Amino acid sequence: MKIFKDRIFKFLVIFLSFLTLTPLFFIFYIILKNGLSSINLKFFFSLPKPPGEIGGGILNAIAGTFLLLFFASLISIPIGIFFGMFLYEFKEKKIGKICNILIDVLQSIPSIVIGIIAYLWIVKKMGHFSAIAGSVALSLIFLPIIAKATKETFEMVPFSMIETSLSLGSSYPRTIFKVILPISINGILSGVLVGLGRISGETAPLLFTAFGNSFLNFNICKPVSSLSLLIFTYTMSPYEDWHRQAWGCAFVLIILILILNSISKVGLKKWKVKF
Amino acid sequence: MSFEKIYKRIIAIGGVLIIGLLLSIFITLFINSSISIKKFGFSFLINKTWDPVFENFGAFPFIVGTLLTSIISLIISIPFSLSVSLFIGEYYKDTIFSKIFETFIEILAVIPSVVFGLWGLFYLAPIVRNLQIKFSLPPTGVSVFTASLVLSIMIIPYTISVGKEVIKLIPTDLKEAAFSFGATHYEVIKKIILPYAKSGIIAGFLLSFGRAIGETMAVTMVIGNVNTIPRSIFLPGNTIASVIANEFLEAITKIHISALIELALILFVITFILNLIANNIIKKVV
Repeated sequence: MKIFKDRIFKFLVIFLSFLTLTPLFFIFYIILKNGLSSINLKFFFSLPKPPGEIGGGILNAIAGTFLLLFFASLISIPIGIFFGMFLYEFKEKKIGKICNILIDVLQSIPSIVIGIIAYLWIVKKMGHFSAIAGSVALSLIFLPIIAKATKETFEMVPFSMIETSLSLGSSYPRTIFKVILPISINGILSGVLVGLGRISGETAPLLFTAFGNSFLNFNICKPVSSLSLLIFTYTMSPYEDWHRQAWGCAFVLIILILILNSISKVGLKKWKVKF
Repeated sequence: MSFEKIYKRIIAIGGVLIIGLLLSIFITLFINSSISIKKFGFSFLINKTWDPVFENFGAFPFIVGTLLTSIISLIISIPFSLSVSLFIGEYYKDTIFSKIFETFIEILAVIPSVVFGLWGLFYLAPIVRNLQIKFSLPPTGVSVFTASLVLSIMIIPYTISVGKEVIKLIPTDLKEAAFSFGATHYEVIKKIILPYAKSGIIAGFLLSFGRAIGETMAVTMVIGNVNTIPRSIFLPGNTIASVIANEFLEAITKIHISALIELALILFVITFILNLIANNIIKKVV
């Protein structure tokens, strides 16, 4: 009886574990099935047709996504690394501990709230939606990821290396910039890639900021579209052909995210510094 | 002054900026919702009507909707996330199986919310519609239940990420002692692993719960967006996040915008508290 119970429980755990993965496989199968059929060269390189007309592509969304990611990186990477260096430097002090918690809090703010914040800070001041407002919204999500990655990689640098550098007569800031930062760069880079994967799929923060645009736009003061925004508007539209394109767009987005994540994984292994 | 001191002074600005950033987020939300806070006061939380035409706003239907979706999704996800945590952290610890499983769960975690919504709307909603027809309810397909189903899949990785770690941390000698007395694996899990890992697992649930509360896109796409308290979980409703996503751009009157920002403030405060509790527990355990 005892052994029977044990067997049953183990079976149940394995069964439920595999059942957990079924939605994942199902979603991937559906995206492949619906996505691949709507993808061709024209899909990548043409702009959307007016509502209701068949055809058109997602060039505006691809360009918009890269524009948003580029400016979000420009804002977040330097500030994020700076925050991470602060968290490392003051980790023993009370202020450092409080800020560590605050960074966690920043990371846990729901993305829709982030959208409202960026709207109030920038869109309201500028008077219209813009790519820069979208980038700021994404930055608020991106920042804590980079800060944490920086702090965690800094902590992995063995203390003996810092001691060696200091004993050779280099000053403390020099040790940070010439020894710790160069060693940590791979870890930070991998954090950046994970973060990029994360924010490229964000939609809620862009609703009230980047807003969407069915034309090609590279001006950061004007609204832009993104892959995720396009998926949302096309899904909620009544047009059959737009639903098809939403699947194509989802396929492109998932591939982009998976590529970013796998580079960061491979990179972490390959670039890992050997001490 | 030495270089070290100068460096520390400069780097300390980071702390000021972090605190300033969080404070200004809170203050921005607070100031911009002041009209609504002044007008409705505490009754905002218990008022059951949300009427932009007559400018009467109460958050109660959305609070109910948010609690319903997140609690139901958490309950649905519990057996699955516990199983996978045990699978990775105990039964197949450090084997190729658990590596593969971990990778798949990570992939599940990076799928964007909007893609879950797309899938939920076109594949889950029709299944729910069949259920609704069986219970002779209006066959909307989109409902509180549909949203909870999608959410339950989305939050599973968050519980697992904490759960597997705390299960892995349990000292081997404790387990071996139990095994040497002839305990089966099931008994070890029930009597040693689960009690030992309890607080960590609860922290994982709290984190997932926080995620579920703030989740916007997937929920907005499958919940049906009706501003009343749902009489059944198989009927459409709205959550705090989804009503903001739906109405913020359409709101014209100042009081409407202000009420929506107050909803955002509520969301911010709830996730803030949940996160503090969960992190506190995790820090004690790990």
